[in-house]
Amino acid sequence: MKSIAELEEIRRKTLDEINMRKNKDGIRIVVGMATCGIAAGARPVMNAFLEELKKRNISNVNVVMTGCIGVCRLEPIVEVINPDGEKVTYVKMTPEKAARIVAEHIVNGRVCTEYTIGAAEK
Amino acid sequence: MRDLSLHLMDIIQNSITAKASRIYITFDADKSMDILKMTVADNGTGMDEELVKRVMDPFVTSRDTRKVGLGIPLLAASCERSSGSLSIDSAKGNGTVLMASFKLSHIDRPPLGDISETIATVVSSNPEVEVEFKLTSPNGSFEFSTEEIKQKLGEVPITHYEVLAWIKEYLNEGVKITFGGVLDEIYS
Repeated sequence: MKSIAELEEIRRKTLDEINMRKNKDGIRIVVGMATCGIAAGARPVMNAFLEELKKRNISNVNVVMTGCIGVCRLEPIVEVINPDGEKVTYVKMTPEKAARIVAEHIVNGRVCTEYTIGAAEK
Repeated sequence: MRDLSLHLMDIIQNSITAKASRIYITFDADKSMDILKMTVADNGTGMDEELVKRVMDPFVTSRDTRKVGLGIPLLAASCERSSGSLSIDSAKGNGTVLMASFKLSHIDRPPLGDISETIATVVSSNPEVEVEFKLTSPNGSFEFSTEEIKQKLGEVPITHYEVLAWIKEYLNEGVKITFGGVLDEIYS
């Protein structure tokens, strides 16, 4: 049975690492979460990003959601924005693709070209 | 939308777009009346009378990328499909209360779905918004509030992985105990 008291323990455990990283200039992952995105399965995709980042212990990446990005037929859409503002748009996302993007793009800095909007619109 | 948790996520998005800082969600399963009620109340900007009247129309939306807005019409369709109804109460500057009802035992009533994932996702990307959640059923009730959690956490952000994982498990357990599993839903 889970209880609120467990939060105290999490607090103690995580306090040290929190102080270590207060850098705001990480990569941002933006998931489109309007009606179109949700219906197409954006929530599992966003969750896959969170899980994968947690698994790899990556902490300088922010996963956030936004409204409709504007190309509903390509939802779920995810934008990966690096600290200097360069943006890569991935379309028709799945949780599996999300895991690969974390491994290749976020960790190794190689864009997964075949999932991008450019490749989908050819 | 496949289940209520996805509808809920969509409605919460509306609240967030309306700059709400506090969102209060309730699910109420009443077996004697055979009704499942979902309400989402927020303290956002609200809508004027005229917009409230038109908001069920799929060709009304506040965004400018497109001319259609399907979130509320889809939820209304889900309600009507399971002999329920949808009502929205709002006033400019006073926030919005949305109430969706479903016939609990109706074969077409959408299942509850993964409520914990919806709430964890909302909390993780909108940590400044306070979310309160209450589930009531004949088996008892379950409450969750981000305010309480933030108090316990102190300087640790609510978006920390460990905290989110805890929130998810905590909600899952609460939902399971008060609402039961899938079988409970079917035989309810």
